[in-house]
Amino acid sequence: MTTKDTAEQSRRGEYREGLRHGFPIACGYFFVSFTFGILGASLGFRWWESTLISMTNLTSAGQIAGIKTIAAGGSVFELALSQFIINLRYSLMGISLSQNMSEDVSGPRRAFLGFGITDEIYGVAASRKVPVTTAYFLGLMTLPYFGWAFGTLFGAILGDILPKTVTEVMSLAIYGMFIAIVVPAAKESRRVLGVVAIAAAVSCLMYYVPVLKEVSVGFAIIVSAVAAAALGAWLFPPEDGGACRE
Amino acid sequence: MSRFFVCAAVMMIVTYLVRAIPFTMFRRKVKNRFFRAFLYYVPYAVLTAMTLPAALYATESLLVAAAGLLTATLLAYRGRGLVVVSLSACGAAFVATLLLRLLP
Repeated sequence: MTTKDTAEQSRRGEYREGLRHGFPIACGYFFVSFTFGILGASLGFRWWESTLISMTNLTSAGQIAGIKTIAAGGSVFELALSQFIINLRYSLMGISLSQNMSEDVSGPRRAFLGFGITDEIYGVAASRKVPVTTAYFLGLMTLPYFGWAFGTLFGAILGDILPKTVTEVMSLAIYGMFIAIVVPAAKESRRVLGVVAIAAAVSCLMYYVPVLKEVSVGFAIIVSAVAAAALGAWLFPPEDGGACRE
Repeated sequence: MSRFFVCAAVMMIVTYLVRAIPFTMFRRKVKNRFFRAFLYYVPYAVLTAMTLPAALYATESLLVAAAGLLTATLLAYRGRGLVVVSLSACGAAFVATLLLRLLP
């Protein structure tokens, strides 16, 4: 067995592990983007228009705000600004994830893989205990991408055949995934538990308190996450210095 | 060119750049202790902020969502994997929906 064969095998193993970890994300995405397709149809978009947007954006909140802005006849500037603010959290995630990437992932590869940074893909990749390789991340983003595209396609074409109750319940799959990532980490570390508690508290403030609740969803997530992570880093930094999960 | 294509292109470009620029530019390991700790906490903070309280209102009833989320939390606490936890959240919510329909 040559070194090259071994490297090839490990790449395949990494890709397959990525595929496996991406499967539940893909299932959740299928249903979320299905509802996006339905929403698009109800706003007067053709099936291929909604699907094209899903294939080129791969983000829920941003796309929903986007098609609503387009349908309402908003300006291109308003559209660009809403995308920037709602998706700004991906910048934060990109910096955070870059700390967990294997050293040998080159610039051009990152420029390609960066397209796949979503809340869920990031959540799985950033909390991985070993460095993230190109093959793993590529595997991780593969099924969610197709789940997102095909979900939109079916949603847009079939319209409202599944009862609303069913699609709503299926959308809990995504939150279940978040819980599967956060709870074990919070159980293991009281510091993480503290950060989670602060994030939940700030997020609830942004949701329920008058004036604050006028803030857009994307921006509310940024404020809650930055406040919680900064307070945690200031009040109780992780013992090992954080950031490196190698 | 139609307005749709211009708008779709704007959405794609802004969303892509917001994602890819920081991810591609940040090549060095961060040395600053505060920033390292901050970045370590960000994923948990983001996922929590997206779940609470939004997930409670994702279904027709607070009870249905709560059933799903509590089941997921319990199973995750007991160390079950991503897929099991995620699908159990849906399963519990389905059962809760049915119970709500059957009960007067």
